[in-house]
Amino acid sequence: MTWDWNYTGEILPDLLDGLRVTVLATVLGYLIALVLGLVWTLLRRTPSRAVNQAVRWVVEFIRSTPLLVQLFFIFYVLPSWGLTLGALTAGVIGLGLHYSTYTCEVYRAGIADVPRGQWEACVALNLPRRRAWQDVILPQAVRRVVPSLGNYLIAMFKDSPLLLAISVSELLGAAYRAGAETLRYLEPITVVGVLFVIVSVLSSIVVRRLERRYATY
Amino acid sequence: MSDVLDAYPQLLRGTWTTVQLTVYGAALALVPALVFGLAGTSRHTAVRALNRVYVEFFRGTATLVLMYWLFYALPLVGFRFTPVAAAVLSLGLNVGAYGAEVVRGAVNAVPRAQYEAAVALNFTPWQRMLRVTLPQAVALMLPPFGNLLIELMKGTALVSLITIGDLTFNAQRIRAATGETAATFLVILVVYFAIAQMLQLAVRYAERRVDRMLGRRPDRRAAAAASGAGAVKA
Repeated sequence: MTWDWNYTGEILPDLLDGLRVTVLATVLGYLIALVLGLVWTLLRRTPSRAVNQAVRWVVEFIRSTPLLVQLFFIFYVLPSWGLTLGALTAGVIGLGLHYSTYTCEVYRAGIADVPRGQWEACVALNLPRRRAWQDVILPQAVRRVVPSLGNYLIAMFKDSPLLLAISVSELLGAAYRAGAETLRYLEPITVVGVLFVIVSVLSSIVVRRLERRYATY
Repeated sequence: MSDVLDAYPQLLRGTWTTVQLTVYGAALALVPALVFGLAGTSRHTAVRALNRVYVEFFRGTATLVLMYWLFYALPLVGFRFTPVAAAVLSLGLNVGAYGAEVVRGAVNAVPRAQYEAAVALNFTPWQRMLRVTLPQAVALMLPPFGNLLIELMKGTALVSLITIGDLTFNAQRIRAATGETAATFLVILVVYFAIAQMLQLAVRYAERRVDRMLGRRPDRRAAAAASGAGAVKA
């Protein structure tokens, strides 16, 4: 069997449609991960030991179980509890929730990295806690972790094909369906692989740039 | 819930498959991790380029895409893999790429004076690597390797999509047979969590052993640098 360029051209529009869904799911999921991760981090710093420990174990649990099973759980179990989600919505929530446990760790490291003197200065200036966090600590912490956060965007993009398991027609799913129609899997799946490598390599170059730009040491 | 627990032989079989795939995948990943990782520390540009190509390519592809490609696309040009071979290959090569970055970072993080001392003592290049550099580098590699091992274990859930009877695959069957969706998925999530915790304990134990072997606690900052250079998902 040889490579058929005509066939490749025919399936390309379908694949690009799939790529659109993949990118959409990644971006929306990433927004959830960014916000939820920060929520986890801040909850872990609350004085209440119960909240602290509960959040710690929830995060640990989500982080050390497979994303695929979590997607199944969200897609198949939540409807029986009265919360029916579309496939794409379930996928976006799953991706966001899973990666929020990684970004949580990243934020924690970033906050720990802010020099002690900054905290002491906040106290000395009598800043309210809210202002200390909002205007002093978080801006510095987030700046430090921009490259790591970028890495997780790439990692998440590469995990988005899992959404095909809950019937989202993202890139790999579109390729698989195109292949199933003609029983020629070689071209569609190869094209998908190449697209993934191109996007990942390009974005890792961007992340390296960010690293240089935001380097604090 | 009891229906699900009654299906425990199926769950056990699935768990065993998951554990096996994790072990095979880790064993396979170790080879490219060491070979290409050490290639990345070479002083020859061409050898270092080899490391870059391998790492960028396999870190750039999604595991599931690679798995589908090996399983569905390659047979059409004459390479036929069994599902298990396709799964282990794609998991191993993918994690191997992250591992290669860890190895490179760890070897580079061994203080240069150690190398100079080994040269001054007239060690051969082999002795330098095996007796001086690697033992110290291993101590730095272990924590990020532990993270990668858990990533690999989580990645094995993907094999259920190419018809291998792992834990997730069996869960789907139990779910179909009993209709107990929530209970089934909760049970296997807990099993995965338990496996991850055990892997973590094993890695901690290995870390302590290596530290004792070297007669020290590793330098925390160097370990962090090695892991930061290595894994995207560490």
